Amino acid sequence: MQTVFERPKTLINQPFRYCPGCNHGLAQRLIAEVIDELDIADKTIGVGPVGCSVYIYECLDVDFVMGAHGRAPATATGIKRALPGRMVFSYQGDGDIAAIGTAEIVHCAVRGECISAFFINNATFGMTGGQMAPTTILDQRTTTSPRGRKQDEAGFPFKLGEMLAVAEGSAYIARVALTKPQLIKKAKQAIKRAFLTQQAGLGFSLVEILSPCPTNWALPPLEAVQWLEKNIIPIYPLGEIKVKEGVPDAR
Amino acid sequence: MKKILMKGNDAVAEAAIQAGCDLYFGYPITPQTEISEYLSLRMPEEGKVFFQAESEIASIYMVYGAAAAGKRVMTSSSGPGISLKQEGISYLASAELPAVIVNMSRGGPGLGNIQPSQSDYFQAVKGGGHGDYKVIVLGPSTVQELVDLTYLAFYLADKYRNPVIILGDGMLGQMMEPVVFNKPDFPPLPAKDWAITGKDGRERQYILCFDLDPRGLEQFNNKIFKKYQKIEQEEIRYEVFGEDKPEMLLVGYGTVARILKSVVREAKDLGIRLALLRPITLYPFPSAIIQKLAQQAGRVFDVEMNMGQMVEDVKLAVNGAVPVHFYGRSGGMIPSVEDTLKRIRDILGK
Ligand SMILES: Cc1ncc(C[n+]2csc(CCOP(=O)(O)OP(=O)(O)O)c2C)c(N)n1
Ligand code: SF4
Ligand SMILES: [Mg+2]
Repeated sequence: MQTVFERPKTLINQPFRYCPGCNHGLAQRLIAEVIDELDIADKTIGVGPVGCSVYIYECLDVDFVMGAHGRAPATATGIKRALPGRMVFSYQGDGDIAAIGTAEIVHCAVRGECISAFFINNATFGMTGGQMAPTTILDQRTTTSPRGRKQDEAGFPFKLGEMLAVAEGSAYIARVALTKPQLIKKAKQAIKRAFLTQQAGLGFSLVEILSPCPTNWALPPLEAVQWLEKNIIPIYPLGEIKVKEGVPDAR
Repeated sequence: MKKILMKGNDAVAEAAIQAGCDLYFGYPITPQTEISEYLSLRMPEEGKVFFQAESEIASIYMVYGAAAAGKRVMTSSSGPGISLKQEGISYLASAELPAVIVNMSRGGPGLGNIQPSQSDYFQAVKGGGHGDYKVIVLGPSTVQELVDLTYLAFYLADKYRNPVIILGDGMLGQMMEPVVFNKPDFPPLPAKDWAITGKDGRERQYILCFDLDPRGLEQFNNKIFKKYQKIEQEEIRYEVFGEDKPEMLLVGYGTVARILKSVVREAKDLGIRLALLRPITLYPFPSAIIQKLAQQAGRVFDVEMNMGQMVEDVKLAVNGAVPVHFYGRSGGMIPSVEDTLKRIRDILGK
């Protein structure tokens, strides 16, 4: 009998803590698959966020450093400078990376720090109960934008990927979603290219993963996916935003 | 060993290299920037890492990452920059990560000024950041002691897996004095088998800074407070200077202690017997010896370059047994020998 699907070795065999329909679990599984395929579990160090995925260290069978809200890129820099041969990645939510931690991620990209950042954009602060994030789209209702986000009060949705692409130090930047099998495949390729970019020493890499937060969007899981496709993807277009010359293919 | 004339900031930097500092993360702020400048030149010569971060916040979390990776790490700053590092210092304490943090403190609050001050005493010894934790705080008073306490800071940080603050001030950072670099042989330290280096065949490891279960967090806090208890038993350091059977016990640390030594000498010429207790460790605080000497002297005079901070710890130590007087200059002003002596004479009626 041929095995066509199994749990990646790097994904620890235990239930996720996430809500039904949340994509944190799926994103972490894809990272685990890529770590297995590249056979880098032994030399990979993850840096966790503060947010719903604060238990990521329970999910992936690699070394982890958990730190402060938004500062994972700085912590990852400290680790990478201490251990230049290691593969270092941060895993961060949109509040973490695009609000409080904006300075750290921008400078990481500008420096061309050889780390990979995986950024789960669910257009809200999930863990604290669905407040407005810089990534919240216009008219989206959250607990701190109860009438919908208004541009004249709260500005525009933050397109971090595009912004970081401008930095000379960034080598690979992509935005993906996990709403369909084809897109999941593409997402995995992007995650792989990010790691390969780091491995090749080409500079900073980031994969933004659009993800539903059914709980805080107050939608059943399936409708949350549909809402994401209809409303979020048009604001945050999918695709590879920047691919520096020499970034290896994800084969 | 050769004596060389060196600026305090440069001396700390050189001592850090000799202490085996693997990585330094800084951000410029007067009056400590020479530490960064010196290390930017010297660390690469030693095959070590110097890095100028985009902010003090970033630099303390770079320290956090490099310390988690098992390396000897240092950062330095002053006043406002140290305030920005406080969240990270709390995280270092919570993750039990060793790191050395130098504060060449300056006048505050706010942007304040760049003159020497001791107004960050509370911030250093009472936690500074959020939560139940302690940081070992060393208070050098000469350039030589900056060197010696830098060696010690790295050792204590590793020994207790705890952040250590060297609390100097702008005067110590900027002054030049002859120093000897003579690194002591500290007892061996346990291997950092907790370090996050990638699994490389072993079971995975992780560094945490939280426990969402209150029972778990209380247990953890009890554990680190046992560690602090041990620190309080084993690491108190102080200097006693001056006359025995004094009429008054002076207490002061760092730059102020230098002034108080002159006060003790001048008072002696006037027939006034004074003794100085100079805390070298500000946490753990030398409470027992202060209590003992205070009772012998009958009164205490605490002098600081702030509005009155360490005096609270002195009063706790004395516990009402004898009067505790205070004289402080703030905002970057430095108490003079004459003014201090005059106040002492007024109190003693001499
Ligand atoms: C300094 C600091 N400020 C605020 C918080 C509270 N906080 C915890 S998680 C979070 C936002 C998380 O949102 P996001 O990064 O988008 O992650 P998600 O839960 O949506 O995956 C906030 C504000 C904190 N822990 N630390
Ligand atoms: S609150 Fe949102 S982000 Fe958090 S676990 Fe639930 S669905 Fe996921
Ligand atoms: Mg979020």
